[in-house]
Amino acid sequence: MRTDTDQKDRLVEAVAEAYAERLSLQIVGSGSKVFLTEPTTSDTQARLLSLTEHRGVTEYVPEELVVTARSGTTLKELEQQLARAGQMLPFEPPRFAGAGTLGGAVASGLSGPGRPWYGALRDAVLGVEMINGRGEFLRFGGQVMKNVAGYDVSRLQAGAFGALGVLLSVSIKTLPKPAVESTCIFELKADAALEKLRAWARLPLPITATCHVDNQLSVRLSGSEASVSWGVEHIEGDSVNGEAFWSQLRNHEHGFFNKEGEGILWRLSVPPDTPLTDEPTMIEWSGALRWVYSEKVLTDWAREQGGYALPFNGDYRTQSLLWSNDKLHKRIKRAFDPAEILNPFADVVVDAN
Amino acid sequence: MSRALVIELLRATLPKQSLITDPKALKPYESDGLTAIRELPWLVALPENVPQVEAVVRVCRSHGVPLVVRGAGTGLSGGARPHKDGIVLGLSKLNKILAVDVDNCVAIVQPGVRNQAISDASAKYGLYYAPDPSSQIACSIGGNVAENSGGVHSLKYGLTVNNVVGLQVLTIDGNFLELGGKGLDSPGYDLLALLSGSEGMLGVVTEITVRLLPKPPEKRVLLAAFHEIGAAADVVGNIIGQGLIPAGLEMMDRLAIEAAEEYVHAGYPRDAAAILLCELDGVEAEVESNVAFVSQLLEEGGAYDIRVASDPEEQARFWLGRKAAFPAMGRISPDYYCMDGTIPRARLSEVLERIQQFSRHYGLRVANVFHAGDGNLHPLILYDANQPGELERTEEMGGKILELCVAVGGTVTGEHGVGVEKLDQMCAQFSAAELDQFHRLKEAFDPESLMNPGKAIPTLSRCSEIGGMHVHGGKLPFPHLERF
Repeated sequence: MRTDTDQKDRLVEAVAEAYAERLSLQIVGSGSKVFLTEPTTSDTQARLLSLTEHRGVTEYVPEELVVTARSGTTLKELEQQLARAGQMLPFEPPRFAGAGTLGGAVASGLSGPGRPWYGALRDAVLGVEMINGRGEFLRFGGQVMKNVAGYDVSRLQAGAFGALGVLLSVSIKTLPKPAVESTCIFELKADAALEKLRAWARLPLPITATCHVDNQLSVRLSGSEASVSWGVEHIEGDSVNGEAFWSQLRNHEHGFFNKEGEGILWRLSVPPDTPLTDEPTMIEWSGALRWVYSEKVLTDWAREQGGYALPFNGDYRTQSLLWSNDKLHKRIKRAFDPAEILNPFADVVVDAN
Repeated sequence: MSRALVIELLRATLPKQSLITDPKALKPYESDGLTAIRELPWLVALPENVPQVEAVVRVCRSHGVPLVVRGAGTGLSGGARPHKDGIVLGLSKLNKILAVDVDNCVAIVQPGVRNQAISDASAKYGLYYAPDPSSQIACSIGGNVAENSGGVHSLKYGLTVNNVVGLQVLTIDGNFLELGGKGLDSPGYDLLALLSGSEGMLGVVTEITVRLLPKPPEKRVLLAAFHEIGAAADVVGNIIGQGLIPAGLEMMDRLAIEAAEEYVHAGYPRDAAAILLCELDGVEAEVESNVAFVSQLLEEGGAYDIRVASDPEEQARFWLGRKAAFPAMGRISPDYYCMDGTIPRARLSEVLERIQQFSRHYGLRVANVFHAGDGNLHPLILYDANQPGELERTEEMGGKILELCVAVGGTVTGEHGVGVEKLDQMCAQFSAAELDQFHRLKEAFDPESLMNPGKAIPTLSRCSEIGGMHVHGGKLPFPHLERF
């Protein structure tokens, strides 16, 4: 294991210098999500600001249900440390090719299979230490669950892809690992699966993940022994060990994510009752997350359903951040980064006035 | 811009009953729940639909008139205190539940809908809206979004920010933002989170989509009495450290117990130095096993009396003293000042001890009634405003307590908001660069600073002038409402 190091001073200095010289910075962690952030012209001209050496858990008292770690800390290391205390990151962030840092997870804002029940990544963010685009060291939020002092700048960093600041450390809410976990599998077509999921969503079942793919519905139930066995009985399932399946799903190692020649893989966050299409689809989050291979652009269709579609490829970051491509987004960016030196992600020019 | 002209402009667009200009009729709007700080606005507009809200915002923008948005007016930090040369935009008439969408487990509501009304409307489907600030029978969901309200059950079910999935927001420039929806994730910066708790500084929330959860079938409430307050505090950390997250975990100290007993006779053990109230919910078998587990932890932690309430009447009685604790204080002291700091749970015992030291030092009694599970303290300093110097001592001591909260890694406000009340304490919690960043962010939404000007974030000059801590006193209004 590499040693923990605090690179705060060096990083603050680097950003301040870049601001003075109006030099763009490309913030990088382990690089595991680079497939979502295809370089643009401005990217290639940017100076690299690596956070991988700024690492280590700085505070962790399990009874507080909070961990604070530097952003370059690997998810693997962080989750191992939590596991030793019987805890976990509630949002189950994907580890692409097994890699990923805490900072990268927050910047991308991606949550895993348990998101509707355990909360999203942003829900777990309690505080950040960061550097804004003027090279100023700032702290927002804290290590407590309830905190309404000032605007919620901490959660604003989730999914902002580093465009609003360089994350130095993040305080994250942790959860006790459930005592028991069970998986039930049902052979069902997608429409029948959605119908079941809809009915179950209205009941106090201890469901913590669902996935429908290849005519098979997998349901994870977690909690105390008593509640899980009640749940398994109630949904009339047979319990199997699904640990490997959920881990593959979470880390996108499942075969569905690696289909060739089916078109673009789209990630759709939609109302659970959104109708099905006949394209290859994987359904998570009780219907609220769909992975769809399509030759078509699904953006408008998803909007019509009351949701959002983003291509899960090199355009992901750009399309996410330029979603509305509006003046407000641009003004928020400039509020944090007036010279627009942090992670310039596209050459699209938007007038902020 | 003159008041007369603004009134004339609004008369042309709003129905007669939606415009209040008579000083006597304006009186009820001069403050929110923080009644110590008052101001009469130019006028109050009470639009009946969203286009009328737009019309008011348009007048404010075009003529540079300050705009203060108001929900039910139950806030405790003066967030809805009017601006003396501005308009109060009251959203109480936007009070319709637009849809309870059972298939997607969400409700779409207007901002003036009362918090409790959402759960009432969802009950027939076995669903409810989880965040339950104690003022939930009166407070509005729009106000909950503005303050990011918590409640007794936030330990397990989260705050408003964790339960709102969609917002329609009108910004001062006249644009509508559609944030989130009936799904879970949305692209772009997380403006949904940013708007939650933004105290009416960034936009007017005109529609809200909330998540509904299945109602837990069973619950039990445990009451445990301790001879030592430190022991009670330690058990709180121990329960959570064992991997169990109760639906609620509340604590009261001796003075609070005494006052509550005098007032409502809840049957609390009067010889206790502290009591813990612990609510456990879930399916029957789970609740049973958790009751046994928690009882054991309480006993090992030094509880000398443990009672379990199974039926709703007894549960209500256990909660009665807790919920009536604040009005109960009014009976044992002429005045009291309520604080709202949050601290890391592990420091509970130490912070409570320090508060007792302050209490002896300043010669003022302090009662503690609070959300122990999430470290959100509500120390109540008892004083008599008619005794010369007592209010000043109370203010100084309050400042010390909040300084202590910040020093141990906490915050000056856990759930009541900054408003106008805690502007000075913000100077202690944030650096100049951080406050400046807040102001820049505000400017991105509202460059002329027309929305709720002067609230939530202190100016840098204010902070440099005070150069330290200063706390305003304030009496708790709405004594009939359950609180905290």
